[in-house]
Amino acid sequence: MAAITTTPGAHHDAEDPNASFLEKKGLMSWLVTLDHKRIGIMYLISVMIAFALGGIFALLVRAELLTQGKTLMDADTYNKMFSLHGVVMVFLFIIPSIPAAMGNIILPIQLGAKDVAFPRLNLLSLYIYWFGACFGLYSMINGGVDTGWTFYTPYSSSDPALGGVGSSTSVIPMTLAAFIMGFSSILTGVNFIATVHKMRAPGLTWRRLTLFTWALYSTSIIQVLATPVLAITLLLLTMERFLGLGIFDPRLGGDPVLFQHFFWFYSHPAVYIMIVPGMGVVSDIIATFSRREPVGYMAIAASSLGLALLGFLVWGHHLFVAGMSEYATMVFSALTFLVAIPSGVKVFNWVATLYKGSISLQSPMLWALSFIFLFTIGGLTGLFLGMLAVDVHLHDTYFVVAHFHYVMVGGTVMGFVGGLHYWWPKFTGKMYDEAPAKAGWFFVFVGFNITFIAQFIMGSRGMPRRYYDYLPEYEIFHQISTVGSWVLGFGFVIILYVLVKSLMSGKPAPRNPWGSAALEFQTPTPPPTFNFVKDPVLTRGQYDYQLATEDELYEGFDDPLFPGIRGGKPAAKPAAAAEGEKE
Amino acid sequence: MSSEATAGAHAGDHGDGHGDGHGHHGPKWLAHHFDTPAQQFDAAKLGMWVFLAQELLFFSGLFVAYGVYRSWYPEMFKAASHQLDKIMGGTNTIVLLFSSFTAAMAVRSSQLGKQKETGRYLLVTILCAFGFLVIKYFEYQHKFEAGLLPSRYFHPHMDHLVAGSAPLPANTGTFFGIYFMMTGVHGVHVIVGIGVLIWIYLRNQRGDFSKEFFTPVDIAALYWHLVDLVWIYLFPLLYLV
Amino acid sequence: MFLQPVPSDNFQLPPSMADTAPPIDKAYDFIFWFSVVFFVAVNAAMIYFVMKYKRRKGVRPEPTGHFMKLELFWTITPTIFIFFLFHAGFTGYIRNATAAEGATEIRVRAKKWSWEFEYPSGDRAPAELTLELNRPYKMIISSEDVLHSFYIPEFRMKRDAVPGQYSFIQFTPTVAGDAHVFCAEYCGTSHSGMLATVKILPPEQYKEWEKTLGKCTGTPEECKPEKWGETLFVKNGCPTCHGAGGTGDIAGSKSPGPKLVGLFGHQENTTAGPVTADENYIRESILRPNAKIVAGYQTVQMPPFVFKDDQLDAIIAYIKSLK
Repeated sequence: MAAITTTPGAHHDAEDPNASFLEKKGLMSWLVTLDHKRIGIMYLISVMIAFALGGIFALLVRAELLTQGKTLMDADTYNKMFSLHGVVMVFLFIIPSIPAAMGNIILPIQLGAKDVAFPRLNLLSLYIYWFGACFGLYSMINGGVDTGWTFYTPYSSSDPALGGVGSSTSVIPMTLAAFIMGFSSILTGVNFIATVHKMRAPGLTWRRLTLFTWALYSTSIIQVLATPVLAITLLLLTMERFLGLGIFDPRLGGDPVLFQHFFWFYSHPAVYIMIVPGMGVVSDIIATFSRREPVGYMAIAASSLGLALLGFLVWGHHLFVAGMSEYATMVFSALTFLVAIPSGVKVFNWVATLYKGSISLQSPMLWALSFIFLFTIGGLTGLFLGMLAVDVHLHDTYFVVAHFHYVMVGGTVMGFVGGLHYWWPKFTGKMYDEAPAKAGWFFVFVGFNITFIAQFIMGSRGMPRRYYDYLPEYEIFHQISTVGSWVLGFGFVIILYVLVKSLMSGKPAPRNPWGSAALEFQTPTPPPTFNFVKDPVLTRGQYDYQLATEDELYEGFDDPLFPGIRGGKPAAKPAAAAEGEKE
Repeated sequence: MSSEATAGAHAGDHGDGHGDGHGHHGPKWLAHHFDTPAQQFDAAKLGMWVFLAQELLFFSGLFVAYGVYRSWYPEMFKAASHQLDKIMGGTNTIVLLFSSFTAAMAVRSSQLGKQKETGRYLLVTILCAFGFLVIKYFEYQHKFEAGLLPSRYFHPHMDHLVAGSAPLPANTGTFFGIYFMMTGVHGVHVIVGIGVLIWIYLRNQRGDFSKEFFTPVDIAALYWHLVDLVWIYLFPLLYLV
Repeated sequence: MFLQPVPSDNFQLPPSMADTAPPIDKAYDFIFWFSVVFFVAVNAAMIYFVMKYKRRKGVRPEPTGHFMKLELFWTITPTIFIFFLFHAGFTGYIRNATAAEGATEIRVRAKKWSWEFEYPSGDRAPAELTLELNRPYKMIISSEDVLHSFYIPEFRMKRDAVPGQYSFIQFTPTVAGDAHVFCAEYCGTSHSGMLATVKILPPEQYKEWEKTLGKCTGTPEECKPEKWGETLFVKNGCPTCHGAGGTGDIAGSKSPGPKLVGLFGHQENTTAGPVTADENYIRESILRPNAKIVAGYQTVQMPPFVFKDDQLDAIIAYIKSLK
C-alpha cells in the first residue's frame, strides 16, 4: 500500500543524472535503488538462476528416464524432481522472466519515461518475489514437493500426518511461495498499466507504442485480473491442508474438481502471461532486423489484447476428462479454438513483415525466427488438444508435455533468450561474440526439437506423463528425448559462456548496435539514470523505417538529440540530410 | 491524460542544453519521474483502481466457493447461518459504514486543506476499525467455544448452540470453513487498513498534505471503502440469507 | 512430429481395438494433415523470404502499407477452418459419450496404486479386466483416495476417477487381444506402476473364463491355498506397500505398510492395544484396515479390500506361511 504513493525525495539521491545507470557501485546502492533498470537487472539475475535450477531438475528427470526402472533415483525422488522442475520454471522463471526482468528495463525507456509510475512499488515487487522464493527454497531444503506444479487436490491437500491420503511432502511452504510470488506479479502488473497510461512521452500516441509495450500491457491486465484468483485458490489449498476447510477434500465434504476450475481459471490465463511478452519481443526483433514496420501493427497489438481476453474463457479445456457436462465441454472446446485466430494473425503478420524487408540474420533474429517455427508447432498441436474427441486420447500424455514445452520453451524461452541477446548491449554496455552465440542457438534449437518431437510421438502412442517407469515399447522414444535434452543443455552452456565472456571482456557496445528505430536504442548505452539525456518528444513512430535514409538503414539511426552521432560514432555523412528526411 | 499539456512545455525546452534536461520546477512533493502534479495524481489514482480490481478478484474466489456450496447444500447453509450472531454482525456493519463515512470526510477536509479536521476524521476511522476487530474477536471466541470450526475440527457442543436451532447436518463444517476464510481474509484487510490509516494519520499530523497534495489520503480512503464494500456483501450472505 | 514421415496411423497411434477408436483416429488424421499443410506453408514462406530479402546495400525495404483485405483474409479463413475442426472433434466426442443399449456394467475402483474391477456377478478381480469381443460395456469409475484416471490407449478412452463421485465411459471392444490400462492422473509414489491389462476374448473363450471367475485357475499345485494366496497377494498389489513377499522392505528402505514375514502368532502393539496376530486379526486387517493399526504406522493408507471367503482363506494361509 505504502508504495502506491510517491513521497518527496524520490530520486534525489542521484548525483549526475547523465551517468550510466550501472555507474554506482556497492551492494547497498543496488538493494535500495528505485531505478527501474537496476531493479530489472536484479530480476534478470534472479530469473536466470531460477532457470538454471529448473534446467538442472529437467536434466535429472530426463536422465532418470534414460532406461526402464531405476536409473538414478527412486520413485519419490523422481516425483519431487519433476514437481520442482515445474514449480521453479513456472513460478520463479517464466512468469517474471520477460515482464518483470526485461519489461522493467525496457518498458519505461520505450515510453520515453524517466521511470515506471511507482518506483517504490517496483522495488517492493522484487522483494516480494525474493521473499516468496525463500519459501520455495525452504520447501526444497525441507524435502521438496511431489504434487506436480498443478497441486491437484486431494493429493496436495490431504496430509497423511493428519489422517489424509495425499502427499506427505512440504506442500504448504511451496504453495505459500507461489501465493507470495503472485503478489509480486500483481504489483508489477498494476505498475505497468499505470505507466503505459500515464507516463508516455509527448508525441507517443497509442498507435506509436512498440508491440513489446502492447504485449506487456496485455500481460499486465492478465496479471492483475487472474493472479488474485490463483492467490485465493492457493490460500484455500493451504488452509484445506492445514485446517481441513472441507472445500476441496472429498473426505471432508469438499469437491476436488472445484480446485481444478479455480486453478485453471488462473493458470490458463497464466499461459498467456508467459507467451504474450515473448510475442512482443519477437515483434520488435523482427521489425528491427528486417527494417520494416510490422505488417498489421494494429492487428498484432489487438491480438495481444484478444489473447488476454480469450485466455479467461477457456480454462475448462483442462477438464475435458475430469467430469464436466457435455454442454460445458462443447462451449469450452469452441472457445478454445477461438484462441487460434489471434495466434494465427500474429504468425501471418510476422511472416508478411519479412516480405520485401531488408533482413539480417544476426543472433537475436535467429531466436525470433525459431520462435515462429516452434510456435507454429506448439500452436497447431494445441488444436489437437482443443478437439474434444482427440483430447480424450491425448490428455495427460507426453503429447501434452511436448505441446506445452513447444509453446513455453519454443515460444517464451526463445523470446526470452532472443530478447536477452537483442537488449544485452543496452543492459550491460558490452557486446558479445556473434559466432559462438549462433552456435549456442543452433544447439538449443536442434536439441529442443530432438527432445520434444520424440515426446509427441510417444504421447500420441499412449505414454502417460509423470511416469517414473515405462513399458518397453516406449524406451526408444525416451532415450532419444534424453539425448536431445543433453544437446539442449549443452546449447545453454554455450550461451552462458558467451554472456559471461561478454561481461568480462566484451567490447563496449555502441548506442544502436542493430540500427533500430525504437526509442530504447536512441539513448546512450547503457542508459543514464533517467533514461534520456533530454526528455524525448516523439515526432515519428518507433518502426518508421520508411523515413530513414539509405545510410540509416544500413548503419543505424541518428541520435535525434545529437545529430551527427550514429551508433556512438560520428556518421559518415553530415546529419543535415537525415534531419531533413525525417520531418 | 497529461501528455497534451506537457508536449508544449517540452517542445520549447530544447534550448536548455543537455546538462540538466530534467530540471523541473514542481513542488517538493512531486516525485522526480513525473512531469506535472496532475500526472502524479492521475497515475496514483489509476494504479489504485487497478489494485482494487485485483482485490475484487481476490475475494471473488471465495464468493464463488460460497455460491457453489450454497447451491449444493442450501439446507445446510440455512441451518449453519442460523448459528451466526446477527446482532454482532449487524453492529459491525454499522461500525464499518460509519468509518467509511468518516474516511470520506477525511478526504473532503484534506482537499479543503483543513489539517486538524482531517486528523480527527482519520482518528475516528481508525477507532471504528479497532472496534470492528474487537467485536469480531468476541464472535470468533464464541464459535471456538461452540466447536463451530472448519470441517476437520468441527465438533459442535449442543449447549453452546443458539437455542432452538435445528440439528446441524454432517457437512456443516464446510460452511464454517468458508465463514472463517471469508471473514478471516476480510479481517486481514482490516488490519492492513488500520496500518495504512495510521501511517496516513501520522503524515497528516506532520503536515505533508495540502489543498494541492492530498493523493495519499484519497487512495487510502479508496482502499478503506473497498474493505467496507466487501463486508457489505459478506454480512447478508453469511448472516442473513 | 511434423518432420517424421508417416507411413500409417500405427506409427503415431497405438492399435485401434474398440468402436470408440475409429472416430478419434479420423479426427486425429484430419487435424494432423491440416497441421502439416499449414506448418509447411508458413515456414516455407518464412525461410524463402529470409533468403530472398537478405540485407543488401542499396536495397531499401518496402514501406509497410495497409492490407485490410489480406488481414481480413487471414482472420476469416482460419475461423472457417476451426469451425470444421471443432465440429469434427465434437461429433466424435458425443458419439463416444452415448451409451449403447443394454451395455454390461463393470465397476472400476481406483486406489493407490492398483485397479480393481467388479463384474455384474459381484466377483472382483484386480489388475486384469476381461471383456467379451463385440459386447457393449459401460465402466462405472470411482476412486477410494486421490484422483486417478482410467486410460485405455487402444480404445482412445480416458476418464478421471474422482473420489466421492462416479464417472462413466462406454465402448465395445472390436479386436481380440491384450490392451493396456494406465493411470493417467498423477497419484503419488507408484503412479507409474498403477497398470492393468485388458483381455479381450472371443465369445467361446470368454465363456470358459467366466466359469473360473473368482476361482483359482491354475494347476492343482498352483491352487494350493498358500500358492493361490501368493498369487492373489501379488495381483492385488499388496507388495507395493508391504514389500515383495511381505518382507517390509522396498529397495532397501522401510515399506509404507508393516512387515508380514513372521507376523502370524506374533504379539502386535496396535491402536486397540496388544493383539496376537491370528486368523481373525489378519482377516479384519484386510477387510477393515483402520480397525487396529500397528504402532509406528499411524498413517494408514491401505484401502479396504473385498474378497470371497475362499480367497481370504488362501491369503491368510499365505501370510501364515511367511516365516
